[in-house]
Amino acid sequence: MREYSDLIYKYTRVDHLPHIWCAGCGNGILTRDVAVAFERLKLEREKTVVVSGIGCSSRAAGYLDVNTIHTTHGRALAFATGIKLANPELHVVVITGDGDCAAIGGNHLIHAARRNIDLTAIVFNNNTYGMTGGQYSPTTPTGDKGTTAPYGNIDRAFDIARLAESSGASYTARGTAYHTLETIQAIERGILHKGFSLIDCYSVCPTYYGRKNKKGSAVDMLIWQRDHGVPRARYDALSPEERQGKFPVGILQQNDYPEFIEQYQRIIDGCETEQERSAFIHD
Amino acid sequence: MINGINGVSDINGVSDINGISDINGISDINGVSDINGINGRYELCFAGSGGQGVILTSIIFAEAALLNGKKAAQSQSYGPEARGGSCLGETIISNGNIWFTKITRPDFLLALTRQSLDQYAGQVRPGGFILADSELTLPAVDVKYARLPILRAACQDVKNPMTANIVAAGAINSLLRLFPDKTLEEAIRRHVPAGTEQINLRALEAGRQLVAKAAA
Amino acid sequence: MSELRLLQGNEACVEGALAAGMRFFAGYPITPSTEIAERCALRLPQKGGKFIQMEDELASIAAVIGASVAGVKAMTATSGPGFSLMQENIGYASLAEIPCVIVNVQRCGPSSGLPTSPAQGDYMQARWGTHGDHPIIAISPSTVQEAYTLMIRCFNLSEKYRVPVIFLMDEIVGHLREGTEFPAAESLELYERVSSPVMGIDKHCYQVEEGEWAPRLNPFGRGERYNITGLIHDEGGFPTNNKATARALISRLLDKIDRNTEDICDAREYRMEDAEIAVVCYGGTVRSAMAAVERARAEGARVGMFRPVTVWPFPEARLRAWLPQLKGLIVAEHNHGQMLLEVERVARRPARMIGRVNGTLIPPDEIYAAIMEDNV
Repeated sequence: MREYSDLIYKYTRVDHLPHIWCAGCGNGILTRDVAVAFERLKLEREKTVVVSGIGCSSRAAGYLDVNTIHTTHGRALAFATGIKLANPELHVVVITGDGDCAAIGGNHLIHAARRNIDLTAIVFNNNTYGMTGGQYSPTTPTGDKGTTAPYGNIDRAFDIARLAESSGASYTARGTAYHTLETIQAIERGILHKGFSLIDCYSVCPTYYGRKNKKGSAVDMLIWQRDHGVPRARYDALSPEERQGKFPVGILQQNDYPEFIEQYQRIIDGCETEQERSAFIHD
Repeated sequence: MINGINGVSDINGVSDINGISDINGISDINGVSDINGINGRYELCFAGSGGQGVILTSIIFAEAALLNGKKAAQSQSYGPEARGGSCLGETIISNGNIWFTKITRPDFLLALTRQSLDQYAGQVRPGGFILADSELTLPAVDVKYARLPILRAACQDVKNPMTANIVAAGAINSLLRLFPDKTLEEAIRRHVPAGTEQINLRALEAGRQLVAKAAA
Repeated sequence: MSELRLLQGNEACVEGALAAGMRFFAGYPITPSTEIAERCALRLPQKGGKFIQMEDELASIAAVIGASVAGVKAMTATSGPGFSLMQENIGYASLAEIPCVIVNVQRCGPSSGLPTSPAQGDYMQARWGTHGDHPIIAISPSTVQEAYTLMIRCFNLSEKYRVPVIFLMDEIVGHLREGTEFPAAESLELYERVSSPVMGIDKHCYQVEEGEWAPRLNPFGRGERYNITGLIHDEGGFPTNNKATARALISRLLDKIDRNTEDICDAREYRMEDAEIAVVCYGGTVRSAMAAVERARAEGARVGMFRPVTVWPFPEARLRAWLPQLKGLIVAEHNHGQMLLEVERVARRPARMIGRVNGTLIPPDEIYAAIMEDNV
């Protein structure tokens, strides 16, 4: 009897399963969403690269059966920038977390967005530092607790999707562990999008964030996502009153701002017609 | 104002009535064709204020030396300012290997500002040569010198104050007879921004003329 | 050989890198290395290569490692403060065995220090800057010509041993202009990364072939699907906590340098044949020392110069060979005594230190005086 589905066999390294995530963690669902998006897009696995940083989210790379690189904390987008620029034929997808991309890697996030380089960043946003045991993160809501916020978090939380949008990302979307269909679609479209795309996916961390903040079980946390997240089309139809306490799931914004590598290629093409000007000798 | 009210008459007792230029001892300069500096090194020091282009002048002389079959080492020191602040270009020319890359006792000093003249004039080796802008007053040092209206020539003759460094280059080469004119012109072409070759070659000529007029 | 060109050390190192096949540069402006980024920005697109100015040095080294993973010879350039920021990922490249070259045009520190002034205060940092025991190679040029030729060697060693190589320049050479010749392209010996056509899918990408020292990782996109990580990993490239695997990996990483010092280490000796005193120095300091040694020799002193070109690993066998005839050892460096520790370790006796950390160059006179004092 086969232990796993065809999808799992095709896109994950089954000999490295089971994964290290806790029971109830949303990261497994989100990793599957990524695999489904790859499958739907028929991405050639040999031409696909998943880059991750450090943290719970970033262990996803090791399980996916493509080219994977588990880098240093916060730097996944910078590594990915080098990979994509060096070989634009590769599909380069970054899996990162809220601490990885919005705290230690915040500078790389805003600059990758500003350049609008053709990368797809998928954030497994669980509102905490899970790997180190539940410290407050840049997306921990004000007032919530973490092991380093025993009296409640006094910082305000980033909305990573809005942060990316305001920094110049030409595609941003919201996913959740609950809204699987919308999340898969958002990832798919993000990969297809030419430019910097970011899908900010709310994960759930019942072990640390949930337990510290009395959010109930993993199921309770998913139910919260169901009751507060509204697919984009339906959300748009809601009145301002009905939108109170709700958030849209799906594409948040998309535009066709020029992409970095295409623009750089134009510089190269322009240089080649100039035939290695003598400029380099006596400039 | 070109001249200080002190006039230009000074220790060497040579002055011209226009009070613009005074030149002393150029006939003693044999040029570097036989590298007559100490230890086979001929050290040129180009001092001014950031933005005046003295470092470019030092590069041009290093390039000319290479073109002329010599060895050259060029370096610079400067502060954080892109404009203003003191700025020093150093060029060492030799027939042999140049090891230590910094000026020790310059054989020649170009000074375009009072600060740079005050700072470096005392380091010029006895019997060395100083070229200063004619607005500056030379301290009492035992060297040959010339004071020429370099900055004014750039403004009035070349009509571009940014060319003072190339005016200076023309004057230096006429005074020291370091390289054939063509060599220096080629060195300039190699290092000035594209499109500015003509104005810089005019500046070079203006520098030569300053020496020709002063010597006349 | 081409005609002699007047080039700055920083410019020559870019031309050397291009000749070595470097086609990717990521960097962040910092004095006194900025001319390297500027020239790469101009030159790389002319060669079909890529230049990118990143948001900081953390990102620069990360992008360089990324480009190398994609199969392109890649480099970055920086100075002290930026070199400090790059250290974590230099360790990553050491462990994950990703070839890359990091140019550090040293300036006077610590901290922001004297940005436009020379120093050699990063000698120890080049070896031990990143955490953990790790392999590293560092090479230091003394002339503008060497900024070109040794840069090629940096890439060759990096590709061959799959190790980050530090090109440890200093402001003295970086901002110096001298006549430089470009050797004809066909005369250059370039080492191209060995990739393996037989590598099994996903299984043993970090397996090392018999008689080799580094794995034959193919660039991403060539057909395999494998994993790279900064965690201790097995031959399949996957993280493990197995202590035996950890020991085997770390030993191999260190051994690939330690057991190949004959191939890697390079030193230059000048007038050492009958020398009783040796001046040991590297990089731009060689310029002061050579002037002093020549002058002292002219006056009859039996003095020579020993110059590590590969400053890490320190060419200790080469130095050791001279020790029996030496009565005096003088170490000159633009710091407070860093290579001194290596020299004394190898010599097992004290050496006289001539150091300087005020942003000016050690004058030849100072070294000359020390030689003459020892020459009794």
